[in-house]
Order: sequence, then structure tokens, then C-alpha cells
Amino acid sequence: MSAPQSNTQNQSPYSSANEAVRAELSVIDASIRSAALFFVISAITWLMIGTVFALLTAFKSHDPDFAGAYEFLTFGRVRSAHLNAMALGWGNNIIFAVGLWIMARLCRAPINHKGILLIAGVFWNIGLTVGIVGILMGDLTSVEWLEIPHYATPLLAISYALIGVWGVMAFRFRKGDHVYVSQWYILAALFWFPWLYVVAQIMIIWFPARGVVQSVTNWWFAHNVLGLWLTPMALATAYYLIPKVLGRPIYSYYLSVLGFWALAIFYNWAGVHHLIGGPVPVWLISAGIVASIMMVIPVIVVGINHHMSVVGLHKEVWRSPTLRFIVFGAISYTLVSIIGSTMALRTVNEVTHFTHFTVGHAHHGVYAFFTMIMFGGVYYMMPRLLKREWPSATLIKLHFWACALGITIMVVALQVGGWIQGLEMNNAEIPFIDTVQNTIPWLKARSVSGLFLTVGHIAFAINFFWMLFAAGAVRAKQGPTLLDDSKEGGAA
Amino acid sequence: MKNLPLLFCGIFFALAFSFVGLILSSHIQLGSLTQTTETLVPSDADETVLVMVEGDPLYPAQPVGFAQQGKDVYISMGCIYCHSQQVRRADFGADIDRGWGPRQTVPRDYILQDRVLLGTMRTGPDLAHIGGRPLNADWHHLHLYNPQITSEGSTMPPYAFLYETREIDGAPSADALQFAVDSEYGPDAGYEVVPTRRAKALVEYLLSLKINYSLPEAPILE
Repeated sequence: MSAPQSNTQNQSPYSSANEAVRAELSVIDASIRSAALFFVISAITWLMIGTVFALLTAFKSHDPDFAGAYEFLTFGRVRSAHLNAMALGWGNNIIFAVGLWIMARLCRAPINHKGILLIAGVFWNIGLTVGIVGILMGDLTSVEWLEIPHYATPLLAISYALIGVWGVMAFRFRKGDHVYVSQWYILAALFWFPWLYVVAQIMIIWFPARGVVQSVTNWWFAHNVLGLWLTPMALATAYYLIPKVLGRPIYSYYLSVLGFWALAIFYNWAGVHHLIGGPVPVWLISAGIVASIMMVIPVIVVGINHHMSVVGLHKEVWRSPTLRFIVFGAISYTLVSIIGSTMALRTVNEVTHFTHFTVGHAHHGVYAFFTMIMFGGVYYMMPRLLKREWPSATLIKLHFWACALGITIMVVALQVGGWIQGLEMNNAEIPFIDTVQNTIPWLKARSVSGLFLTVGHIAFAINFFWMLFAAGAVRAKQGPTLLDDSKEGGAA
Repeated sequence: MKNLPLLFCGIFFALAFSFVGLILSSHIQLGSLTQTTETLVPSDADETVLVMVEGDPLYPAQPVGFAQQGKDVYISMGCIYCHSQQVRRADFGADIDRGWGPRQTVPRDYILQDRVLLGTMRTGPDLAHIGGRPLNADWHHLHLYNPQITSEGSTMPPYAFLYETREIDGAPSADALQFAVDSEYGPDAGYEVVPTRRAKALVEYLLSLKINYSLPEAPILE
């Protein structure tokens, strides 16, 4: 045999060697197909809308007259429209697609009453559309991460509840004894998100708590949207797909237990580090800082576990569209979390707080980590839902390189520029306008990075809709779409 | 993992722990803060109990109606995404050195606000004490109409849509913006720029933002 040895060799493109297992997965995939497709299409649509808002925001930040005559496009509103379109439009829809699909597969439980799931999904997107239009019309709340106006949030909360309960139901009717690490993360996140959202809505918008208790609640919520919603969903996806594609189990069960519980216990205290130096009791801030530093434990543990699971198979990782994105995301998770813990230290925070450094950090987490992993998830899920392959490997490569380069440029530009901005802001001898002027080159670099990301998103969308609609151009017979031309076979 | 009750309990208590520790406990500590006088005096000979000074004004002061309408404009424009409203203590950052306030702000400063706008970004300067700085309403109107007029090189967006450019009908309006004679931003001859009600409310709000009072826990030191 002349082909090099490989764990993925001789495997079916649909990953499982056992035909009975494949048949079962196929039934499950069929049961969630329509809902998952709806969520992916919605997610990609919001991704494109969010990209437009992102570009507007980026251009306006260094060229304030850009579209400056229109009230509904003023900076504060397009920025908020961007955040909510991305977090609740792209983020939540793609979680509903990938997360529920993984949950159903791992529970070996087909989704019943999928019509209700679909209707709830429609209402989620209607609620979000009303919310984003409301933001542009000036009804935004100016509460960070909760900008959606009060008349749209009940619809969002109800439709979320109807969607989230499907994950819990799949878990309730699971087959088999073993519960895999991805299921813990998804189950926990499905439970945490509504709690956070409802408490924040009640204590800030509906029945405002007194004074800065609102701010504490705000950052408890906002940071946990990242930590207890986006992060566990992305980690669940990575934990599911790395072994799936590579065909070998995750490195250590015990490390995955430790990583999960350390995240569950520490992450949700960390949010108050956004208020360091602010008018809140020092003990609260200290608790937040301690938790932020303790986050090093789950991050290192998960990092080791993921790294050891792919070590030695780097060629397969590079060849698989799924893993190329997921490994990029997993590496970013380690980096962004270590930087985040460092930023919580008072001496570091004194510089980075109130600057573009934080904006760079947020994109590092939500994009380089979460979004890249979700792209990987879509690349794996779609061929199994549609029984077709991705039409173009070139577009996948373009997607990867544009996004990888784009987000790297963005994070570096905003964090270097933000650090300089912070040092200058803390020196009262430098006029404030100079601190503004000196960020402009870095903000222009951010706009360039935005163009890169836009190219990547367009490539992704073209490939996706091509696959969806060009039914005649299927290439499933040829095996999965891989990113180099070697004829070894293997799973995507 | 097979012990599902443990899994559920863990998931529940993990978040319950931080909810109680951060949200409920800060509500217990801060939720009943009230207005107070600038200083406190002992109520008895032992000097163990401090009470408010009778007849002194209470702080923070109640917000005024028109300024509150301006706050709604501030919220609807998303000003918070570039402007914070919090002053950090003297040896942490340069907030006080930059003249952003005479003292650090404390939880009591915010108790009468139905929406607290602390902010986390300073693309522009902090505004907690903007009304206490030597900038009058005329300056604010010019600055909002087009920030380049008063702060050249600023990246703040223009809010010209809060102003109305109209033909001068008879005598110029009393509240028309006062452009410099050679200003490139002024209206054409025969026209004037007047603030809408929203612009006036917003400026009223900005002028109302002042940390010009002491609190027992945060006195203004001379």
C-alpha cells in the first residue's frame, strides 16, 4: 500500500463505519433537517446584514461624516444594530442549528413535533427584525448587549424558550447511558442563557434596580452571554467534531470533566471586571478579578485536551474544512482567554479599560473563537443534512484565508492601537484630542480587516447557497470536499 | 458522566452562586442607598451614630424634567458607546487630572437614575461632570451640530439632523447658532440654524451632569 497511514483512511465520508449507526444518524438528521436548514439560512442572512452594519460602523469610526446626515445610521445605532445582528442573529441562529443538531445526534433521539421548532424559529427571527429596526429608529436601550427595545424582547424570550426546550427534550429522551462532554455543555448553556436574559431584562429594563446594581447586572449578563452561552456551544461543537473527523476519541475524559466544571464555576463571576475602577464596591471587583484569573484553569485544560486530540494528525486537520476552522477557533480560545484573564488585572485594566483594546478582545472571542468554530460546524453538518458535498473547495479556502487574515489584522490593530490609546489617556499632559487622532490609523486598519472578513463571508454564502440550490451539481459520489488534492479519502 | 442529578445540580448552582454573590448581594448592599447631606454629624455625645445635618440640601439632587427628556435623546443616539459617565479615583487613570470631575464617583451618585449610563468606552471624554466644565449651551450646540467647529479632528459624528436650517424670517431667532463670521460650517446668507426641541433637551441634560457636591463617603477635597 503506497498511501500514507492515516487514521481517517478507509472511512466513509459520513464518518461512522457501522451501518446501523449510520442509519440511525440518518433518521435523526432527517428529523431535524428542515429546522436546521432554516436556522442556518437565517444565520447566514444575519451574518451578511451584520457585516454591512459592521462596515458602516468601522468607516464611521475614522470618518465621522460618512453617511453622517442620516439619523438612523448614526454611529451609536449602527454599532448596536451590528452587535445584535451578529450576537442574536448570526450567533443564536447558528447555535440553534449546530447545537440542537449535535444534541439530537449525541442523544440518539430524533426531533419530534419539528413544526413547533420551526415556528418558534420564525418568531425568533421576526422578533429580532423588529428589534433591529427599533434600534435604527432610535428605540435602543443603550444598555450594552441588551439594546433590543422592550417591545421586541418578550417575543424573543418566548421563542427562545420554545427553541431551547427542544434541546432539553432531546436530552430527556436520549438513548444509552453515557453522556458525552458536548451534551453537558449544550444542556448547561440552554439552561443558563434564558436565566441570564430574563434576570437582566427584569432588573435593568422592566423594573430597574437601584443605581449601579443595574451596571453589575448588566456585566454579569453581558460577559456570561460570551462565557455561558457562546463559549459552551463552541466548545461542545469542537469536542464533538474533532473526534468525529479524526476518527479517534478525545484525549482525556477527566480533563473534559475538569474543564467543564471549572468553566461553570468561575466564568459567571468574571463579568464585573468590566467595572474595574468604577463606582461599585471593591469586594465585587475583587471577586470578578479572582474568577477571571481562575479561568486560566479551564482554558488550559481544554487547550491541552484539544491539542492532544489532534496531535500527530495535523495533515488531516489542514485537509478538512471543518477542522481547519475548528482548530483555528480552538487556538484562538486559548489565546483570547489568557489575554482576557490578564486584562482583568487592575494594573493592566487601568490601561486597556475604555479603549479599543476591549473591542479587539471582544472580536477575538466572538469571531476568532466562536464564529470560526461555528463555520467549521456548518462545513460538517450541511453535507450530512443535504446528502450533497460543498461545490467548491476554492471558495472554502478563500473563506478560511480571508477570515483568518481579517480577524488577525483586526485583533492586532485594535489591541496595539488600544494599548497606545490607554497609555496616552492616562497621561493628562497629552491633550485628549491627540488620543483620538492617534487611534485613526489603527481604526483604518480595522476597516481593511472588515473588508477581508466581508470577502470571506461572501465566499461562504455563495458556496452555501450554491450547494443548497444547485441540486444537479452534487458531487457526493466523488467523496467529501477536501482542501487539497491528495486522493486519500477521509472525512470532511 | 452518568450521575445526572449531580449534573443538573451543578449546572443550577454554578449560576445560582454568582447570581446570589454578585447580583443579590450588591442589591442588598446598594439597593437601599438614599440621598444624604454633604456631611454627617454625630447625634449623641459618644459620637457613635452619625446623622444628616438638618436643613442641608440632599444629594444627589433630583433630576429636572427637561433634562430627563434630554437623557432620552442621549440614550436614543447611543452616546454611551463612546462616552462614559464615571470618574475613577485620583491614582487610577488620569480622570481627575483631565478635569473630568473633582472627585471619584461612588454608587450613591447614581441612585436616582432610572437608567444608569456608566459606559465602558472613552472614544470621547467622560461626561459625568460635563455640565460643571466651562462650556456653555452655545458651545454644546455648535459641537453637536458639527464637532469639527469646536473640536477640530474629533471623530464624533455630527448631529446636524437635530437642527433645522431655515430662512430668516424678519429678525434672526434668539436661539440660532452663533457661527464665527468666516466659519465654513455656517448656513448660507439669509439662513439660520436653530436647535430642535430634542437638541435643546440634550444640551439641558449635558449641562445637568455635574459632580459639584460632596458626599460623606466621597468628599470633594480642596
